Amino acid sequence: MTKVTKREFLIVATGAAAAALVGTPNVALSAERVQARIDEFLGGQTAQEGGLTLEMPEIAENGNTVPLSVSVDGEASENRYVESLLVLADGNPEPGVATFHFTPMSGEQRAATRMRLAKTQNVVALAKMNDGAVMKAETLVKVTIGGCGG
Amino acid sequence: MSRPRVKLPKKAAAGEIITIKTLVNHKMESGQRKDKEGNTIPRLIINSFQCNFNGTPVFSCEIEPAVSANPFMEFTAKVPESGEFEFIWKDDNGDVLSTKKKITVA
Repeated sequence: MTKVTKREFLIVATGAAAAALVGTPNVALSAERVQARIDEFLGGQTAQEGGLTLEMPEIAENGNTVPLSVSVDGEASENRYVESLLVLADGNPEPGVATFHFTPMSGEQRAATRMRLAKTQNVVALAKMNDGAVMKAETLVKVTIGGCGG
Repeated sequence: MSRPRVKLPKKAAAGEIITIKTLVNHKMESGQRKDKEGNTIPRLIINSFQCNFNGTPVFSCEIEPAVSANPFMEFTAKVPESGEFEFIWKDDNGDVLSTKKKITVA
């Protein structure tokens, strides 16, 4: 888990360094924003790997509409269900994508939608259970044509 | 915001988990684009969606500008009894669109 924190820190650090070199403050800004959203969601908890699946294509030809599917192992019940599931993208102008809320009535804890990706980037999913436990999954999506307009 | 479309089975067994697919027309203006004069086009997106069954929340989400135009949502629901699903979309202008679908438990 310290590994993840370190890596996140490194992403911010390298982003900042790159920005200093190339003079594009957006890079550092977006990494910082992603980290801020992650920290806010974690609320001091540590995210565990496993139990949460984030499915996206490895290569997206059109960044305007990229399929995204998230699921948490196990059926929802009164005792155990996913309260919130946050999806973030670290290379978009704004990091947030969507926050899904499940209930004991949700059945499988699975959601799918279509999202915009401005460029090749990491997509991060964080799921918080009703007991406070947090899971994390991450995937890199290569984008051929960006999807945020300009 | 127009033409809400929802796909789910008409019948289910008690306690069965069904898949629900929804789609609605909306430009989902991200707030990042500029017009010909270089002015930023203001953000106008669907920012929330929810699904209830007989008044009980099943699934909901907060949506940000990174969700594609004409937002599509797929999720599942457990059907304990016959009843009605309600689907509600809200956008930045405060416009609300909703639709209902009945399901029968045999």
